[in-house]
Amino acid sequence: MAKSAEQEHPTKAFGWAATDTSGVLSPFKFSRRETGEKDVRFKVLYCGICHSDLHMAKNDWGTSTYPIVPGHEIVGIVTEVGSKVGKFKVGDRVGVGCMVGACHSCDSCDNDLENYCPKMVFTYSAPYHDGTTTYGGYSDVMVAEERYVVRIPDNLPLDAGAPLLCAGITVYSPLQHFGLTKPGMHIGVVGLGGLGHVAVKFAKGFGVKVTVISTSPSKKKEAIEHLGADYFLVSREPDQMQAAMGTMDGIIDTVSAVHPLLPLIGLLKSQGKLVMVGAPNRPLELPVFPLIMGRKVVAGSCIGGMKETQEMIDFAGKHNITADVEVIPMDYVNTAMERLEKADVRYRFVIDIGNTLKSA
Amino acid sequence: MAKSPQEEHPQKAFGWAARDPSGILSPFHFSRRENSPDDVTVRVLFCGVCHTDLHSIKNDWGFTRYPIIPGHEFTGIVTKLGKNVKKFKLGDKVGVGVMVGSCRSCESCKQGLENYCPKMMFAYNSIYHDGTKNYGGYSNMVVVDQHFVLRFPDNLPLAAGAPLLCAGITVYSPMKYYGMTQAGKHLGVSGLGGLGHVAVKIGKAFGHKVTIISASPNKKDDAIKRLGADAFLLSTDPTKMKAALGTMDYIIDTVAAVHPLGPLLGLLKVNGKLITLGLPEKPLELPIFPLVLGRKLVGGSNIGSTKETQEMLEFCAKHNITADIEMIRMDYINTAMERLAKSDVRYRFVIDVAGSLSE
Repeated sequence: MAKSAEQEHPTKAFGWAATDTSGVLSPFKFSRRETGEKDVRFKVLYCGICHSDLHMAKNDWGTSTYPIVPGHEIVGIVTEVGSKVGKFKVGDRVGVGCMVGACHSCDSCDNDLENYCPKMVFTYSAPYHDGTTTYGGYSDVMVAEERYVVRIPDNLPLDAGAPLLCAGITVYSPLQHFGLTKPGMHIGVVGLGGLGHVAVKFAKGFGVKVTVISTSPSKKKEAIEHLGADYFLVSREPDQMQAAMGTMDGIIDTVSAVHPLLPLIGLLKSQGKLVMVGAPNRPLELPVFPLIMGRKVVAGSCIGGMKETQEMIDFAGKHNITADVEVIPMDYVNTAMERLEKADVRYRFVIDIGNTLKSA
Repeated sequence: MAKSPQEEHPQKAFGWAARDPSGILSPFHFSRRENSPDDVTVRVLFCGVCHTDLHSIKNDWGFTRYPIIPGHEFTGIVTKLGKNVKKFKLGDKVGVGVMVGSCRSCESCKQGLENYCPKMMFAYNSIYHDGTKNYGGYSNMVVVDQHFVLRFPDNLPLAAGAPLLCAGITVYSPMKYYGMTQAGKHLGVSGLGGLGHVAVKIGKAFGHKVTIISASPNKKDDAIKRLGADAFLLSTDPTKMKAALGTMDYIIDTVAAVHPLGPLLGLLKVNGKLITLGLPEKPLELPIFPLVLGRKLVGGSNIGSTKETQEMLEFCAKHNITADIEMIRMDYINTAMERLAKSDVRYRFVIDVAGSLSE
């Protein structure tokens, strides 16, 4: 008979889980494995709320295994390390993002791209090597293999740094991979939410010119004055869009709702690249003529490998890049999810696990 | 009052033109400009029939200016030189492809990428610097700026080499730009027509394993035995398509009809690239999840620069790559167009212009 969540592993753990497609979260007792020889165990202090957590809690993608403890922007302090762990020690400030495992023997893994490994294991709601299901960071303790743990630079606050573990790497990786970081380039960022606002900060950190493309004129002031964007384009204003045609070297598109690609492709210069990091759940229309006439590219990107995640966090440390966060107590999480659904947050909720997650 | 095509320029010329969206071509008297100091006159010997010619004569894309003389894969002999022309001499074997002019001053032109100049002028249907309309290679002679004339290598036959001027460069350029020149990769070629069959030959010359992806099972034999493809994947066979998931580094998609991109994206490995070259009439459906989960990309490409086109011709000469052609007389052109509409040609019609075009 299958063991219960509380009994399947030797050490007690506590968190909040969704138990059905309503996505409503509530207190949940479960357990974590012993700290293995390659494992790092840490007390969770904060966990960011990613829009994926909302999708998964409601099983929007059909891949959720209930009960599901979401959370893949997890930060805290190391309490124990396995005998073969070399990079971390007790007391270190660390984080875990979207992955906790991969095959380590395929081309992708060999190239430090665990994120593209066909056997990559997600931090929550995924089958782990030991046959159990992974539980994420809306919980008091986390255990992960050293390879999947990153050090958080001393100068980065843990609460505002947590969202970098998913949002940060998700935009940093394609900026680098598609060569969009050369000073003097002009990069567009579509959508100003969790991913978008961090994309603006990283792009400015690279020294490029940034235009935010958004449907909401009300976000303009903040985009320019607070986030440091150079320009703001309202995508519903045809005159503004027309004037900006053919001006961008690259665009990072963070919007996950279905939306037209033609205007965005038009904003690109020749040889420009449109990189999708949001994933609409229905196909989009691809106008082929403009791709051909301008040798333009539409590409996708998904988080990043562990090596580049550490590199991204170190870059953030060097340039003082953190997310703009609203820190909330654990029991506010369901309200936070409702607000997230309406994009009512500037720009990431972060759960104060350390101070407010109390076991019953 | 606007001059007639016959009177517009000082040099008499003759060709076949379409006068309306029926696309029916028939004899047409017109004229060519006097050679400016940079112009070369080419007596046309052969001209390939590109699918774009068919789209254009029928005004499929809505921007045809009638009367239209198509033809942008033509080869011939230099018969007259403008006084500044140093690149060529009389009697040289040359070819002209899709481009005959560009602005020469924008970023793209300055980088030697005339094919991406926003003012690039096509061999036919575009308006030239002098305000007159260009007429293409289904004609006895063409006057072209030397910059856009290509030297034809000696061992490259003028008839079977003509289609390289569009089909050849259209597949060669993206293979270079998207990094396909490193040998040993797996290249998929979707669609086996004018572009596709040349893509197989160039792909093999680059040292790749080449799989043809096609909905027509009757093309398999030819693909493997004659063109040298390594494998043939029937896109309508779900079992075969499933077995081929995640096996290709690149796919060159030459299919012009509207078709689903999802299955092609599935065939790509992580970081795989789908290069779309066909020009469908409507947008295609692009599923985003496979792009994101595999860091895959869909990219376009438009012919190639003049420098690259010359390089491509030398490459094809070195590797003995020519198109597989069916030579036709000028007066067969309307039948050829009907057959082309049904993909009934292996794999390019080439008009024996000098041998059959008579007033």
